[in-house]
Formats: sequence, structure tokens, C-alpha cells
Amino acid sequence: MKATNYISVEFPSRSANEGFARAAVACFASQMDPTLNELEDIKTAVSEAVTNAIVHAYPNSLGKVRLKVRICDGNVLEITVRDHGRGIPDIEKARQPMFTTGGEERSGMGFTIMESFMDQLTVKSVLNRGTTVIMRRKLSPRAKPQK
Amino acid sequence: MEICAKSTDRNLLLEISGELDHHGSREAIREVEQEIDAALPRKLVLDMSGVTFMDSSGIALLLRVQRRMENLEGSMLVCHVPPQARRVLDAAGISRLILIRQEEKA
Repeated sequence: MKATNYISVEFPSRSANEGFARAAVACFASQMDPTLNELEDIKTAVSEAVTNAIVHAYPNSLGKVRLKVRICDGNVLEITVRDHGRGIPDIEKARQPMFTTGGEERSGMGFTIMESFMDQLTVKSVLNRGTTVIMRRKLSPRAKPQK
Repeated sequence: MEICAKSTDRNLLLEISGELDHHGSREAIREVEQEIDAALPRKLVLDMSGVTFMDSSGIALLLRVQRRMENLEGSMLVCHVPPQARRVLDAAGISRLILIRQEEKA
């Protein structure tokens, strides 16, 4: 998919950066003139993907999280969240609702929410090498204001 | 993340405001449980009107608080859920597991 514009940001896996990641994506996506609902959905999906990297990829250490956002042809926003953490042993199981290895603090609904709020979700993972989550959402065309 | 507690006659009202993400909800869980332990309520009302953002971390918080209230043989009601948080609850199908009321004035 051809991109007309993109950003790439890297930050350490500190939970304080969850809010930053959401705000950064929302700020960049605003040039596509999204509706408030679309913006909120995108922020929620980003929050889930980044939180997964922070909680699961690096459970006992700090690591790097890379966030890439691209505006692609056809008014599609593509978000990639990549870590170099411990990886997911069984992606199919991890994507099931209510499945979590994160204890009582986690609900196991992260992937379900990403799937529900975005059009497309791809998860790639290699044990001890890291995980890449790619999400795409086509934004609705907005009517141009009349002159 | 801020929590304001009002307690009368074993009814506890907690007004939650701020961002209920993984970062904010860890602190919120601690504070909510402290308030419950202090008041030992029969009925807990969580007013979410001040929540500016919520993700699945908020679901974990609600389910955990609900379990705590069940252990105390009490009930929990969630009210004034903003639209973004409501969509998260609906996407996760949580509305079937916890009592949510939009219109109730606590």
C-alpha cells in the first residue's frame, strides 16, 4: 500500500507513554479530517497495541517500542506497533476474548477491541525476537465545505 | 486519574475522572479498593462521567471491583458512561456482565 505521509516514533516501554502514543497518532491522523468517533476508535486501538507491548513484550524490563503511522491511498490509516520483546507463543490463543497472561490487571480483551475498532488486524510474532501488530482503518470521506 | 468518594449509610459513590488506561487504572484499582475496604458498602455506584478515555484496562478494573463487591455480598452499578468508554464495553460484551445505567442520577 502506497503511503502519502507517515511518522515513525520510538519510545521506551514505560506506561506513561501509552497516553503519548494515543495523542501522537490522533494528532497525525487529524490531517485526514476524521470524525470524532473514528479518532476515538483509532486512539483506543493504539492504546491496546502499545499496552500489549509494554505489559507483555517486556514484562520485567524496559525495551523499545516503535510506532509507525502511515496515510495510505484510499483514505486508509495504517498503524504499526513493533517491539523486540519475548514474542507471543500462540497468537491464535492470544487473540481469543478473555485470554490473558497478564493477571488481574488485564482483561484479555485487547485484541478483541483492536479487531472491533479497526478494519484489519495482522499480528506477527517470533519468540524472543518480538511482535509486530499492523492495523488498518479506512476513514469515511467527508463532504468538502461549500464555497 | 482522580477518584472522589461519597459514602452514606453503606452506600458508596465513587466518581472516577481522567484516563482509565493501563497507566491510570493501576492507581485507580488501588484507590477504589481502599475506598471499598474503608466503607464496606452494600451498594457501590461508580460514576464514570469524568472519564476522558478508557481501554480494556478499564474493563479489568470494573470486573475486579465487581468481584470485590460480590465477595462483600454487595452490588455494583456503573453509571454515566461516556460514549467512547461505552463503545469499549460494548465491543467486549461486558454490558452483559455488569449493571450499567446511563440515566441514573447517583
